[in-house]
Amino acid sequence: MLYNLLRMNKMHRTFAALSDPTRCAILEMLADGEKTVMDIAAPFAMSQPAISRHLKVLEEAALITRRIDGAKRPCALSPAGLEQLEHWATALRTTLARNYNRLDAVLAAMPPVEKEAP
Amino acid sequence: MTALKIDLAGDGLAIVTRHFAASPEQVFRAHVEAEYIRQWMGGMDGWEMTHCESDARAGGILRYGWAGPDGMSFEITGEYEVVKPYSEIRHVERMHMPDATPDNRCHTTFQASNGGTLLTLRMQLPDEESLKAMLDTGMEQGMEDSYSRIDGLF
Repeated sequence: MLYNLLRMNKMHRTFAALSDPTRCAILEMLADGEKTVMDIAAPFAMSQPAISRHLKVLEEAALITRRIDGAKRPCALSPAGLEQLEHWATALRTTLARNYNRLDAVLAAMPPVEKEAP
Repeated sequence: MTALKIDLAGDGLAIVTRHFAASPEQVFRAHVEAEYIRQWMGGMDGWEMTHCESDARAGGILRYGWAGPDGMSFEITGEYEVVKPYSEIRHVERMHMPDATPDNRCHTTFQASNGGTLLTLRMQLPDEESLKAMLDTGMEQGMEDSYSRIDGLF
């Protein structure tokens, strides 16, 4: 069900981007504000090209934006991408909440289970 | 406390938790017995569950179908891998629109908690490789029509 929602909301690219601990850590760093590739790479035991590849995935998933500042390309969180993520989470929540609220009613009407040895 | 909680773990795992005012046995049965599943699963306005099969044992199949407005329909099929009354279910499922989406692995646990049951549903989101493979085959574009047809399904 969740997966179907992912597909329908075209969120698979976003989740592919999020399915990596390094990229999640990068997003957390950017929550403090814009940063250069060098700033971002500093805490990681990883080459700058490797970090740049992660940034490219995040950029393609619209989770970050990069602007040109001379020779630098500083990165920042993308409000639009994050908003999309939030919309998806809301849609998922609504669907699950509806199903589980109905399940509450089903359970209330269910006769008590006779315990059998499984 | 019945609050629904959704956590997205960094490793591509989505974790849903919900508390129910019923025993683990009851919540478990509502998840595996067709007569109960058909009463709550769906969540879609204007859609009706048309069939519901659930052979809840390791290797058993599940098959859910819905019919919607304008003759639309869709189906979820899957297989049970682990069925442990009344505590745990592991299954794989996929949606048919009509082409099958890649497998979604689900792990559901039922724990006694506060006189009721804490349900935890873990879903492994598809990894980067399988997503890439999917995009490379141009499936994404092909799916667009299906998407627009089922927009507003949920």
